[in-house]
Amino acid sequence: MSASDIHIQDHHAHSHDHDHEHEHHELPWIRQYIFSEDHKIIAKQYLISGILWAIMGGLFSLIFRIQLGFPNADLSWMKPVLGEWIQNGKLDPEFYLAMVTMHGTIMVFFVLTAGLSGTFSNFLIPLQIGARDMASGFLNMLSFWFFFLSSVVMFTSIFISTGPASGGWVIYPPLSALPQAMSGSGLGMTLWLTSMALFIVSSLLGSLNYITTIINLRTKGMTFDRLPLTIWAFFITAIIGVLSFPVLFSAALLLVFDRSFGTSFFLSEIYIGGEALSNQGGSAILFQHLFWFLGHPEVYIVLLPALGITSEIVATNSRKPIFGYKAMIGSILAIAFLSFIVWAHHMFITGMNPFLGSIFMFLTLIIAVPSAVKAFNYIATLWKGNIIFTPAMLFSIGLVSFFISGGLTGIILGNSAIDIQLHDTYFVVAHFHIVMGSASFFGMLAGVYHWFPKMFGRMMDERLGYIHFWLTFIGVYIVFFPMHYIGIAGFPRRYYSWTGFDAFNTFADLNQLISIAAILVFFAQFIFIFNFFYSIFKGRVSSLNPWRSNTLEWTTPINPGHGNWPGDIPHVYRWPYDYSKKGHNEDFIPQDVPFSQTPHSNFPHEKDSQE
Amino acid sequence: MTTIYILAAIVLIIAILVVIFRLQVLSAVLKGRYEKRVGIGNDINALLFVIVFVVGVGAFWYSYQQASEFFLPAPSSEHGVKTDQLFWVTMAILVAAFLVTNALLYVFPYIYKYKEDRKAYFYPDNHKLEMIWTIIPALVMAGLVVFGYKEWTAITSPAPKGAEVIEIMGKQFAWQVRYPGKDGVLGNYNYRNIDAVNEFGMDMNDSASYDDFIPREMHFPVGKPVLLNIRARDVIHSVFLPHFRVKMDAVPGMPTHFWFVPTKTTSQMREETGNAKFNYELACTEVCGRGHYAMRFVVVVDEPAEYEKWKASQDTFASLNRDYAAEKAPKLVSLLPAKKVEATEVSAPSDSTAVPADTTATK
Repeated sequence: MSASDIHIQDHHAHSHDHDHEHEHHELPWIRQYIFSEDHKIIAKQYLISGILWAIMGGLFSLIFRIQLGFPNADLSWMKPVLGEWIQNGKLDPEFYLAMVTMHGTIMVFFVLTAGLSGTFSNFLIPLQIGARDMASGFLNMLSFWFFFLSSVVMFTSIFISTGPASGGWVIYPPLSALPQAMSGSGLGMTLWLTSMALFIVSSLLGSLNYITTIINLRTKGMTFDRLPLTIWAFFITAIIGVLSFPVLFSAALLLVFDRSFGTSFFLSEIYIGGEALSNQGGSAILFQHLFWFLGHPEVYIVLLPALGITSEIVATNSRKPIFGYKAMIGSILAIAFLSFIVWAHHMFITGMNPFLGSIFMFLTLIIAVPSAVKAFNYIATLWKGNIIFTPAMLFSIGLVSFFISGGLTGIILGNSAIDIQLHDTYFVVAHFHIVMGSASFFGMLAGVYHWFPKMFGRMMDERLGYIHFWLTFIGVYIVFFPMHYIGIAGFPRRYYSWTGFDAFNTFADLNQLISIAAILVFFAQFIFIFNFFYSIFKGRVSSLNPWRSNTLEWTTPINPGHGNWPGDIPHVYRWPYDYSKKGHNEDFIPQDVPFSQTPHSNFPHEKDSQE
Repeated sequence: MTTIYILAAIVLIIAILVVIFRLQVLSAVLKGRYEKRVGIGNDINALLFVIVFVVGVGAFWYSYQQASEFFLPAPSSEHGVKTDQLFWVTMAILVAAFLVTNALLYVFPYIYKYKEDRKAYFYPDNHKLEMIWTIIPALVMAGLVVFGYKEWTAITSPAPKGAEVIEIMGKQFAWQVRYPGKDGVLGNYNYRNIDAVNEFGMDMNDSASYDDFIPREMHFPVGKPVLLNIRARDVIHSVFLPHFRVKMDAVPGMPTHFWFVPTKTTSQMREETGNAKFNYELACTEVCGRGHYAMRFVVVVDEPAEYEKWKASQDTFASLNRDYAAEKAPKLVSLLPAKKVEATEVSAPSDSTAVPADTTATK
C-alpha cells in the first residue's frame, strides 16, 4: 500500500504539467465514473445514493404521517401507487408498520450511515490529511458496490406482495422470526437481513479503509494533534463501526438460523397460528442485547461525523479557532468509549435484571457530560467571533440547537425510573428524531453546502440555501417538539391509530399539525435538491478557497484530478484552526503555511520543527 | 383530466420559480453581491436567529399551556407519584438548561455577526472554564442518578408478601388475565397445553388450577400491592398501564414481573376527572403486528370489599370447561365443582375492541 503510494507520488513528480488530462486518457469512462477507485467519485456516488434514499425515506414517513394526522381521510387516491395496501380507502395496518420500519431502516442505515459517513469520510479523509487517495482504492470501490447491492435488495423488498420487513427497524424476534406473526416477516424479512448483511460488509470495508488511511497516509507534519476535527470524528466513527457492526452481523446471522434452519437462539415456548412450536430455551432478550450493542453505538456512528463537520464549519465561519480543540477530541473519545457500555438503556423494561438497569442508568448519564462539553464548546466558539452565515453555517448552528434540545431529553430517558412511563412512547420518538435524526441530517446538509465547491467546482446558491434552512429548521421543531407532549400524555409508538383508547383519544389536532408540518418540511427539501443538481451544472464557478478555510483540501485545484494535488503533497506546519490570529494581516492561516512565513502572529512556542 | 391539469399547473409553477430564481441570480451578479465578502443576507440571518428564538420560546410556552390539559391525570399508584415528581423536577432543570444554552446559541450569532472592520477574538481554550462546564453537568447528573437509582431499586424490589398475584398474558392481539382463585396460587402452565379452549396452557393435572378464573376485565384492589406475572405466548408484547405508570415487556419464554400499589379506585377517578365513563386501560407498547394498536383491556380498581365480592362472583375455568378438564385430567375429576349451569364451550376472547384478531397468520 505504501509502495503504491510512493509510486503515485513519483508518477506525479514526473508528469507534473500534463497530469490532469493524462489521467483522463488512461481510464475508460466506466472505470472513471462507475467502477471508480477515486475517493472523490465514490464519495459522490454515496452522496447521490444517500439523497435518493432520503427522498424515499421521507416519502414513507409522509405516508404514515398522513395516516396519523388524518385517520379518517379517504386514501383511495394513493391506490394507483400503493395498490392492494389500500383497502376501502384505508391504509393496511401492516403496511403502516412496514412504512414505519422502512423509514427507520432507510434513514438510520442508508441515509445517515452510508450517505453521511460514506460521503464525507471518503471525500474528506484523503483531502484533509494530504493523501493521494484511500489506502486501498479497490476495497473502497467494493465498499460502495456492496452498499449498492444492499440498496438494490432493500429496494426490491418494498415491492414484493407480502410487503417489506414490518417489525420495526429493531426487528425484534419472535415477531421478525415468524412469518406467521406478520406477513412482512416472510420474504420481506429475508431480504432485509440479506440487505443488512451486505450493508455491514460495505460498512466494514469502508471503515477499515478510513482507519488505515488516517493512520498511515497523513502528509508530512500532519500529526494527530493537527488533524481537523472532521478527521478525528471520522476516525473514531470508523473504529466504532468496526467494533460494533460485526455484532449486528452475528445477530442477523443467528436470526437467519432461527428463521430458516430450525435453531432456537431467540425463540422459546411459542404458540402461534394454532400450533405450539418446538423451539425451547432461546432468549428473545439475547437478540436485543446483540442488536443494541450495535444499535447504540450506531447513534454515534451517525452523529459523530455530523459533529465533526459542524466543528469545522463553525470554526471557519466564526473566523475563530474551535474552542477547546483538545477537549473536543477528548469528548469524542469519551463518547465513543461510553457508547459501547450504555446499550441496555434501550432495554430497561424488557425484564432484564434490574441491577443491570441501575448500572446502565449510571453509565448513560455519564455520557451526558462529554456531550455537554461539546455543546458548550460550540457556543464558546461563536462568542466574540466574526460570524459569516453561509448556508453551511446556518445548518451547523441548527445542528447544535438540535443536539442540545434532543440531548437534554435523553437525560430523562436514561433515568430508568422515569423511563418506565416514557419507554416506547412518542417522547422517545421526539428525542431521537431531534438528537440523532435531525441533528445528523443537518450535519449532512451543512457538509454538502460547505464542500460542494470542492466536490463540483461550483457554488450552490446561497439564498436558496437560506430559505431551505429556515423552512427546515423551523419545520423540524414544529414536527418534533409537540411529540414530547404527546409522549408525556402516554401515546405509544408504532400505533396505527389511537382512537380505540379513551386515554389516547386526544391530540388529534396536534397530530394533524405535525403531519402538515412534516409534509411541508419534506417538500422544502426539493429546494435543496433543485439547488444541488442545478448548481452542479450551472452554479457559479468556485474560487480556490471560497470560505477562506485553513484545511488542506482548499490547497488542491478547483477541480482536483486523480491524486488530488498536481504537484507534491503540501506539508503541514500548524493546526487547522489558526483563524483571526493577532498580528496576521488575514483572518486565516492555512495549515500548509510555515511559521517562518508568519513571524508576527507566532506564539513563542510556535517554531517550525527542524527537518 | 383533472390530474393532467394539476400536473400542468405544477410544471408551470416550477417553471415560474426557476425563472424568478434565475432573475435574482442575474440581478445579484449585476449588483456585484458576489464581490463582497458578505451580503445583506448576513444581517437578515443574524436577526432571524433572535426572532426565531423569541417567537419559539413564546410558542413553547403557549403550546405547553394548550397541551398540558391533555396530559395523563395524576398517577394512580404509589411509585407513580414519585416517578412523576422525578420527571418534572428533571424536566425543570432541563428546560432551564435548554433556555440558557439556546439563548446564547441564538443571540451570539446576532451580536457577533460579521463586521468588516472587526477581527474575531483568538481564544482557543480556557481550562478553568472547561473544568467548570464539565464538573457542573457531572454534579447535576450525579444528583439525578442518585434519585433515579433510589426509585428504580424500590420499584424493582421483590413484591411484598401477601401481594395480589395476577397473571397477564399477551397474544396477537389481545390480553388475557388469570386470577389464582381462593387458594391464592396460580396453577402451572405449559405452552404445549395451549389450545382453543385453554388459552393459557393451564396444567389441569395441577390441583392449583382448579380455582383459577379468567375474567373479561382486570380488577385490582385499591391500597394493596398487586403483583403482575407477565408473559406472552407468541411474540413480544408490553404491558402498559399509563395511569399507574406501569410498563413491562411480555416475553415468550421468559416470564417477567411488575408490582405496584394502586391508590385510586375507578369511581374515585370518575369523580376526579369529571368523566363518568372513565376507565383505566391497558395497552401494548411493543410492536407485535397488525393489531398492535388495538390491544385494549379494561382495568377496574375496586375497594377491597368490592374486589373480594367480584372475585367470589367469578366462575372458575374448570367449572366453565368441565368436560375439557375431565378429559385432560381424569384423575382429578373429584376437584371439579358440581355442575351448576351449562358450561360454555369456549371462554370468549376478552377484547371488546374491533381487532382483526388472529386473521393475519394465514394471510
